[in-house]
Amino acid sequence: MTDRRIRVLVAKPGLDGHDRGAKTVASVLRDHGMEVIYTGLHKTPAMIAEIAVQEDVDVVGLSILSGAHMELFPRVRKELEQRGMAHVLLVGGGIIPREDIEALEGDGFTKLFGPGTNTDSIAEFIQTEMQQRWAKEGADA
Amino acid sequence: MSTSANGASSVRTIDPRAAWQEAFRAAAARDVDFTSLSGSELEELYGPTDADIDYERDLGWPGQFPFTRGIHANMYRGRLWTMRQFAGFGTARESNERYKFLLDHGQTGLSVAFDFPTLMGRDADDEMCLGEVGQVGVSISSLRDMETLMDGIPMDRVSTSMTINGPAPILLAFYIACAEKQGVAPEALRGTVQNDILKEYQAQHAWLVQAEPALRMITDVMGYCAENVPQWNTISISGYHIREAGSTAAEELAFTLANGMEYVRRGIAAGLDVDTFAPRLSFFFDSHLDFFEEIAKFRAARRIWARKMRDEFGAKDPRSWMLRFHTQTAGVSLTAQQPENNIVRTAFEALAAVLGGTQSLHTNSMDETLSLPTEKAVKIALRTQQVIADELEVTHVIDPLAGSYYVESLTSKLEAEAEKSFAEVERRGGVVPAILDGYFQSEIHRSAVRYQRATESGRKKIVGVNTYVEDDDGVPAIDIHRIDPASEREAKVAIAKLRSERDGAAARRELDAIRRACQDGGNLLERFVAAAHAYCTLGEIAQVLREEFGEFQEPKIL
Repeated sequence: MTDRRIRVLVAKPGLDGHDRGAKTVASVLRDHGMEVIYTGLHKTPAMIAEIAVQEDVDVVGLSILSGAHMELFPRVRKELEQRGMAHVLLVGGGIIPREDIEALEGDGFTKLFGPGTNTDSIAEFIQTEMQQRWAKEGADA
Repeated sequence: MSTSANGASSVRTIDPRAAWQEAFRAAAARDVDFTSLSGSELEELYGPTDADIDYERDLGWPGQFPFTRGIHANMYRGRLWTMRQFAGFGTARESNERYKFLLDHGQTGLSVAFDFPTLMGRDADDEMCLGEVGQVGVSISSLRDMETLMDGIPMDRVSTSMTINGPAPILLAFYIACAEKQGVAPEALRGTVQNDILKEYQAQHAWLVQAEPALRMITDVMGYCAENVPQWNTISISGYHIREAGSTAAEELAFTLANGMEYVRRGIAAGLDVDTFAPRLSFFFDSHLDFFEEIAKFRAARRIWARKMRDEFGAKDPRSWMLRFHTQTAGVSLTAQQPENNIVRTAFEALAAVLGGTQSLHTNSMDETLSLPTEKAVKIALRTQQVIADELEVTHVIDPLAGSYYVESLTSKLEAEAEKSFAEVERRGGVVPAILDGYFQSEIHRSAVRYQRATESGRKKIVGVNTYVEDDDGVPAIDIHRIDPASEREAKVAIAKLRSERDGAAARRELDAIRRACQDGGNLLERFVAAAHAYCTLGEIAQVLREEFGEFQEPKIL
């Protein structure tokens, strides 16, 4: 089970073109041994959920710097749920004020990473979280 | 000279340089990376042999070829730079109020930030735009919104910079049509439209259609403005976004100038005399934290451009040789942690821009890593420029760092690196093929990751982030500027109202005329101005372009 590779979808919802963070995180997660799929820019929540299904990912990481996170992040969550993907680990980052972070973390997002976050800590967070989930799955099975 | 034991004086030959080197090596050095912010190696000392400069050839006099020392004979003794704060949010009505606030506080030019729907050529009520209307800039869907935006602002007296690229010719058409409705002739308009599509494909990513037709629209703008809006800057060739996306200073310089040269080639290929459009090209650079590297970058940019324009493109008019530029301080250098420190960072970056001879300047606000700036933060940012202008006494002497061995050496080194990069682009078949094969995007990404790794390993320090960290340094809970969701609703209502009130048949006729011009090569800006007057919307016009020209597809680099 420890050999199982974590599959991550790094996604850019909305019209925002700022992809420095998303691409940097994608590269770092790959360096940490994860399988990373990057959606490219300008994706709708439905498109992101479709790709998540097709790629059968364990983790979906969203990045928005346009201020549209309160509209788009919950929509991605709903689209994932509608496709039977409620189990994925949902995380995100961007220019997101503290109270919005708190709101989203109470709404299906396990963790939001703000500006200045160490990218290795993102990888470690995902690894720890997925190990726990898989251990629990193993115990339940 | 030393005194021997018996008191007699004896002369030993000591090479002072060798002595210094020995002393330098013997002394302990701090355990840090002595590299520039861009990661290039730095000598501990620069001297006369490092800066291989021929004064007349490489520096010259201010206002003279190759303009290394500045584009004006008298620089800031004549006129200060334009203090131009980029602003825009919510509806046209809300942004109009902010512009009047800024003008009342001594700002001397407007700089319009558009929201993502506008940047992507979509109307506020487009289903792709949910949650994005008015968020990062103002929402402008039609001439009517532009009329509201400029209400009570004399368009013949204020110069306006519009940061828009894919749909730039459409927004420029709205501006021209708006001026005509105010009774201002296009000849009187002053300002800039960014209109730099190449860096969109490379870094900023707000594109509309494929590269070749997009470049054709740009030459349409150059041609139309040369005849009708002669004081308008038709392209602001921008390194800012390339740098913010992660490039080094050298890459910012090289890629930006490569793009500039591509526009010149396109203009010439479209049959325009280089001296009719080149004087209206301007540039836009980032000013980051590496003080000397940035100053050298600005000086190198002027020198490279002058040489290329005169010697490669055969421009005769000295105004075609002059690289005029706007600067914005580095958004990426701001930290969410201890945000007040950003005021200090921005002040140093702004000073570098001034010492580098900028024509206009935007200073970022301390809270921009968290949201759009509050009014208080914007005012501090503007006051930062005013302190530099009025209190530091740095504006009295032209190009004060010229002759510094270090700065001159860096200037020459950046020029040499840019030449290498131009050769690489050429090897790939030019700027457009290099975009399509992901060259620029991959280089920028690589540099971004390298910098991220350097900060995370602690080799590059960021106060508040990896050094001098305070407890609870997550995302601070400070007052932020929140966009009222009512703005999106208001913009949607306005566009529905517009569609019901306008002459629908006239609007359809203009859209058809645009479609024909796409096919037969007629000047598209001319058609957009006519369509603006018929209240065709941004999204309607852009849709015709998307259908006729095809949307740009992002090359995969990851």
